[in-house]
Amino acid sequence: MTTAAPVKTQYEAVIGLETHCQLSTETKIFSASSTEFGADPNTYIDPVTMGLPGVLPVLNQKVLEYAVKTGLALSCQIAPYSKFDRKQYFYPDLPKNYQISQYDLPIAEHGWLEIELTEAGEAVRKRIGITRLHMEEDAGKLVHAGSDRLSGSAYSLVDYNRAGIPLIEIVSEPDLRSGQEAAEYAQELRRIVRYLGVSDGNMQEGSLRCDVNISVRPVGQQEFGTKVEIKNMNSFSAIQRAIDYEIERQIAAIESGEPIMQETRLWEEGAQRTISMRSKEGSSDYRYFPEPDLPPIEVSLQQLESWQAELPELPAKKRQRYESELGLSVYDARILTDDKTVADYFEAAVAAGASAKLVANWVMSDIAAYLNAEKVSIDEIKLKPESLAEMVQMIEAGTISNKIGKDLLPELLSQGGSPKAIVEQKGLSQISDTGEIEAMIDEVLAAHPDELEKYRAGKKKLQGFFVGQVMKRTGGRADPKLTNQLLSQKLNGK
Amino acid sequence: MIDLEQVRKVAHLARLELTPAEESQFTTQLSNILEYVQQLDTLDTANVEPTTRAIEVSNITRPDQLQPFPERESILAEAPEREDDFFKVPKILDDD
Repeated sequence: MTTAAPVKTQYEAVIGLETHCQLSTETKIFSASSTEFGADPNTYIDPVTMGLPGVLPVLNQKVLEYAVKTGLALSCQIAPYSKFDRKQYFYPDLPKNYQISQYDLPIAEHGWLEIELTEAGEAVRKRIGITRLHMEEDAGKLVHAGSDRLSGSAYSLVDYNRAGIPLIEIVSEPDLRSGQEAAEYAQELRRIVRYLGVSDGNMQEGSLRCDVNISVRPVGQQEFGTKVEIKNMNSFSAIQRAIDYEIERQIAAIESGEPIMQETRLWEEGAQRTISMRSKEGSSDYRYFPEPDLPPIEVSLQQLESWQAELPELPAKKRQRYESELGLSVYDARILTDDKTVADYFEAAVAAGASAKLVANWVMSDIAAYLNAEKVSIDEIKLKPESLAEMVQMIEAGTISNKIGKDLLPELLSQGGSPKAIVEQKGLSQISDTGEIEAMIDEVLAAHPDELEKYRAGKKKLQGFFVGQVMKRTGGRADPKLTNQLLSQKLNGK
Repeated sequence: MIDLEQVRKVAHLARLELTPAEESQFTTQLSNILEYVQQLDTLDTANVEPTTRAIEVSNITRPDQLQPFPERESILAEAPEREDDFFKVPKILDDD
């Protein structure tokens, strides 16, 4: 273990994640009702969602495609034969009293994903096993009337809009060892489903939900400690903090000789702690059996190959390529690949011929600030990647200064257009003509005899002042390097 | 084949309330059914692939096309109890 604080080195945490991810389909997993978020209660219900007698659920083709693509992206084996099962439990969030899920023959198994942590600017990579990925339907939403808490309410209200929304559940191996690793795993998973376009990964709306299994054990011990499940984290930092809290709690319990109970605990964001949730009696007896209404799934090799061919370059691969082929830092590669639209934009600008490092700087600083301020996405701005490349190339060629580039950017971002045309039209191209700049320097020196005298008397800092005056007269267009050089010659040459 | 305790457990999981007379009646009946089905054990299935289904069909899917159910109100109207657009259900957990 590399990440624990020194005082805790005698223990290590063993962590696995179960992640539910809502698929971005138009319709539900087994019926043609809408999956839209935020509608009035029970707008999207139908006989299949409600489990009325005599209905026949039919699998949404997109759900299968998205599940298989995610499985492939996680290097899983796709099951040659997969089926659905009924998971029985009594709770009014499911109108049928069972959830259609997958039990012993999930669509995908035995995969992995690679997480990347940075330590002192260096990437530390670790492979996290994926036990399985299966398809299932989501449940409805309960509102507990008369009390904030379930136990105190007189009755409950149920909204089945969410019932039947397609989910994939992704179960990791217990390969994670810290809150930070777990949060990074969840983030990488979200990047992957977003790259694939199979889910929006929105945690606030519940499109991505993580349950954590965690135990601690003395370093070197082979057996696992008693496992506790934590729920109710709705951000990556909450996952990290809940795990760090729970590690400390379990270590403290072990050291004071208290037993760890196998239980489910809830993360309380307000109090920053986990609390025990009453366990549901007999809840583990789900009596799974094969769903008789849905035939099994046998994905053909041809279908598998065609879906495989549709996968985009995934974030881990992109990060490594940005570092090895484009020479970017670990940090730059991470920032640029976090969002696929940003990576696509960056790559289009580089493909148009601009320097990768310069484009990266523009995208991560000025453009990122604009996106943030205007709350827009990079594919919505008027400045097209090809135009950014054009401007960067003008800076590289010395046609305009970096400063002029920065001045041009607001107009380009909000109105678009060709940087080249704007520079010509406004006469903003850089002055690199020695004679022209020398003449300008002579004028400046003549206009400021006092400063010149002070300079000659030893106040060398005034060189900056003279450069500034030249810039002022040229509207920032004088080549700054050349101006400095010529100025030094003039001031010191005599 | 099946004992009283197992019948009680299955009844509880299915949220069925059985009288003592029913419990013993169902214990006998369920045992008879299981014994009857157990005749299948005499068949030699060593060379038969396990299956979960009786019909040979797979990969039935539908396109992801929206087709809203037009009679939402009729579903809500069937609810034993409703409050506005919600289904209303009895309180879920007993008080301590």
